[in-house]
Amino acid sequence: MARPVSSRVQLPPFQRLVDDHGAELHRFLVASVGPTDAEDCLQETLLSALRAYPRLRHADNLRAWLYVIAQRKATDTVRSRQRHRAGALDGVEERLVAPAHRTGDDDLWSSVRALPAKQRAALVHRFVFDLAYRDVGERMGISEEAARQNVSAGLRRLRVEVDR
Amino acid sequence: MTDLEQRLREAPPEPFLDRPRFAAALGRRASAARLLDVAYASIDSPLGELTVFVTPRGLLRVAYDSEGGEAVLAEVAERVSPRILRAPARTDEARRQLDGYFASNRRRFDLPIDWSLVHGFARGVLRATAELPFGETSTYGRMARAAGSPRAARAAGNALGSNPIPIVVPCHRVLHADGTLGGYSGGLDRKRILLALEGSLPA
Repeated sequence: MARPVSSRVQLPPFQRLVDDHGAELHRFLVASVGPTDAEDCLQETLLSALRAYPRLRHADNLRAWLYVIAQRKATDTVRSRQRHRAGALDGVEERLVAPAHRTGDDDLWSSVRALPAKQRAALVHRFVFDLAYRDVGERMGISEEAARQNVSAGLRRLRVEVDR
Repeated sequence: MTDLEQRLREAPPEPFLDRPRFAAALGRRASAARLLDVAYASIDSPLGELTVFVTPRGLLRVAYDSEGGEAVLAEVAERVSPRILRAPARTDEARRQLDGYFASNRRRFDLPIDWSLVHGFARGVLRATAELPFGETSTYGRMARAAGSPRAARAAGNALGSNPIPIVVPCHRVLHADGTLGGYSGGLDRKRILLALEGSLPA
């Protein structure tokens, strides 16, 4: 059975993390990869976190730690979808998305999901969760300034996409 | 604020998460990947809500609601592992047998026990206690003797008082030599209810 190594850091029971942050991580992933893949992506995020959990050296900001993992899993999901799509006939997969999951501004969100990982995550934190740049940075494990840059770079790219 | 920012704020995609199904799937996958060190779930009983904790080795802990769920969870995280999930599947067998016991359909538990929370003399006392049959009682002195220290009745009492697996390791069957009840970690009312259920005390 896994035990915390050397340092005796007091970690909360993992279920506490799931209860406290599961719903908002899901929301983050719905925005990042879309509703169809969000649930599986959340499972992958939590399994990854559970694997690393006993080796954590401190429990200072477990939420930010979970978001960084979720951001990575979202990128894996988006990439593997792009690989699949490259092999599929143009447009065929698009129609397989369950209609019940389609939301008002679907085209916009498809464009968000196609952004580089950090820009995508920064936009979701900033606009879906309505966070200040300092908090966006904290959840991404980057500086406030870097958070600001990722948001504006993301918006610039989106504008090009949307106006096209 | 630009029009684009406004659209991003107004159109957050609709989240939907079927929590029970999600939790069950997470428990299954964590268990299959050997990442789940402790699974727990609660059941209702005549003694109030019971929470059972199960590891891959066996039943680790049975907690009364009066012990404070959060405190017990934190204790298990610290002493055993923080890889803990509310995962009903792994706890099914323990919960089924407890239900059977309270429905008077079961007189002995057939569950592997994980003794990780008990050490030294206390483990000897509780192992001997686990063998006490339904409907019979013993004394603190006899349990001390069974654990190899005939004069350690008081220490045996302490071990029984901190039994992490009440009911299944039936510390309620141990009484004072004069027949008085002694103590019980879950409170004497619960001890009386259990002894009455087994016919050792008038109901």
